Amino acid sequence: MTPETLAALRAARAARRVEVLATRLPDGAQLRLPDAAAPAALQAEAARAAARDESRIMDCDGESWFLHVHAPPPRLFIVGAVHVAQALAPMAATAGFAVTIIDPRRGYATAERFPEVTIEPRWPDEALRALAPDAHTAVVTLTHDSKLDDPALDLALRTDAFYVGALGSRKTQAARLERLAALGHGADAIARIHGPVGLPIGAVTVAEIAVSILAQLIAVRRNGRALPSATGGVVRSTHSRDGVPPEACPMSQDQGRLA
Amino acid sequence: MIDTEDMLETAAAWHDSGETVAIATVVDTWGSSPRPRGSRLVLTRSGRMAGSVSGGCVEAAVADAAARTFADGATQVLEFGITNERAWEVGLACGGKLTVLLERLG
Repeated sequence: MTPETLAALRAARAARRVEVLATRLPDGAQLRLPDAAAPAALQAEAARAAARDESRIMDCDGESWFLHVHAPPPRLFIVGAVHVAQALAPMAATAGFAVTIIDPRRGYATAERFPEVTIEPRWPDEALRALAPDAHTAVVTLTHDSKLDDPALDLALRTDAFYVGALGSRKTQAARLERLAALGHGADAIARIHGPVGLPIGAVTVAEIAVSILAQLIAVRRNGRALPSATGGVVRSTHSRDGVPPEACPMSQDQGRLA
Repeated sequence: MIDTEDMLETAAAWHDSGETVAIATVVDTWGSSPRPRGSRLVLTRSGRMAGSVSGGCVEAAVADAAARTFADGATQVLEFGITNERAWEVGLACGGKLTVLLERLG
């Protein structure tokens, strides 16, 4: 691989552009696709591989090529620069998500609390409108403040985001869903919200809650919306013992804590 | 924070610091194989390694093979599996087979 090819692949990733690196086997000659000058069969196969996000070897005019799909990372927008977000952001980044923290409250959304994380200080609806969640984006609200969470959820439900999650007890969740229904969201839209958020692993600490949220995000991304439970049944995200204890709100005391 | 699947940043950083770098990529797998196609292992002539092409079974063998790639820039296609005597020695315990492309950066 030439340094120029490496630089181009990194630039495509930064620009959130899918590129396919075609490598001829066994000599290692390389092409970056799409490229109008490349053989038509190679271009067509590269487009198919890119659409499926699946790298593979193909034969083209008697030559063997490895088509390596370089897709940009999925995005995670976390609304609320709270304590759980401090645990979730680095875990999600390690798992390959491009993380953005959205919180207009300057005391929470600081670089000291979120080193190396993109911070978006606009109001959640304004920020999400600009960031335009797509089918490779997850949105998780963690503020417990309906003034911040509701506009974010309202906007997220109008996008193709593959995952929408909201931290909060079942009671909080029921009231939230009523407010979203009043904003005109139908039952199907509201059913997209994973809340209380996270897989039911009995999470108690901030880090454990972050693990349960990240695990659910990955499960939905890789397997679809419903998950098989340990007993062979199907657990929906509205399960009564999700990551956060149903009647408690473990984060309520953290709202005023800044470190 | 480091995306554990994105080895290109590491490859670029090592190359920029003057290291001789090789990139190993899983290009095909058969049977049970712990790492999907496209997974990468980045190596330097000085002995640094990041990423993986297996569950730790064949990385040392890839590093051995990389000596030639470091020296003359030759691209190699390496096959590992239970039918491969050498891979048997390095222990691809899962019973799968994999093909690894090994190339020099620059």
